[in-house]
Amino acid sequence: MSRQASGFRAWVYQRITAGLLLLFFVYLLLTLSFAPPADFVAWVEWLSQPLVRIGLLIFVGALLLHSWVGVRDAIIDYVHPLGLRIAALTLLALWLIGTGLWVLTILG
Amino acid sequence: MGSLCPGFALKNRKVMMITTQKRPFFLNLLVIRLPVAGVMSIGHRISGVAMVATLPYFVYLLALSVAGPAGFEAAAQLVSGWLFKAFLFLFLWALMHHFLAGIRYLMLDIDIGIEKPVYRQTAWAVLVAAPVLALILLGALS
Repeated sequence: MSRQASGFRAWVYQRITAGLLLLFFVYLLLTLSFAPPADFVAWVEWLSQPLVRIGLLIFVGALLLHSWVGVRDAIIDYVHPLGLRIAALTLLALWLIGTGLWVLTILG
Repeated sequence: MGSLCPGFALKNRKVMMITTQKRPFFLNLLVIRLPVAGVMSIGHRISGVAMVATLPYFVYLLALSVAGPAGFEAAAQLVSGWLFKAFLFLFLWALMHHFLAGIRYLMLDIDIGIEKPVYRQTAWAVLVAAPVLALILLGALS
């Protein structure tokens, strides 16, 4: 993962995912502001629409990749002792993978 | 360059080494005086890391809300409380700051707004507009 998301490629990933996240967040914030789910049935119905579900999964994927590249950059800049840096990167990876798997068990 | 004029290169390197040694080297954010674009940039990082830290909480809310009618009610109760509203304001502030600063970076990538007065003005604009947008969104979501 780290080799695949380093240097120029990471820079490109960060900008593509930024664009995706911008679109999804605008959609999400508009939906929740102007058409919030009235009850459980409406909420689950909205979530079970194929387009919404696929959109949410792409959104979560983009979010996790964007988070990995961004927080990894911050860790590399500020955490210098090697052991501590590896620990921080490992914690970040577990944090993101755990979050992703949790979302998959809900929406998958 | 160096092979054409070795004496100059050597002398130049010596000068460079001296100035490098004399230059103060610290990145302690409490010591250096950061220009406004620097404050905005640090804000971009802090907001990003903070939002990543809150990710599992939103997944928890999602899990709770789809667990059944009772879970949905519990989640609705949670998000209507004042504590969540306070948290949501901070989150939206971080999100809006990250958005605006991010758009500013994308503009800088394609050479828009890199001149001296403009990049400082847009940095100020990001710092001021983010909490305002957050308040508007908080109102819209409540």
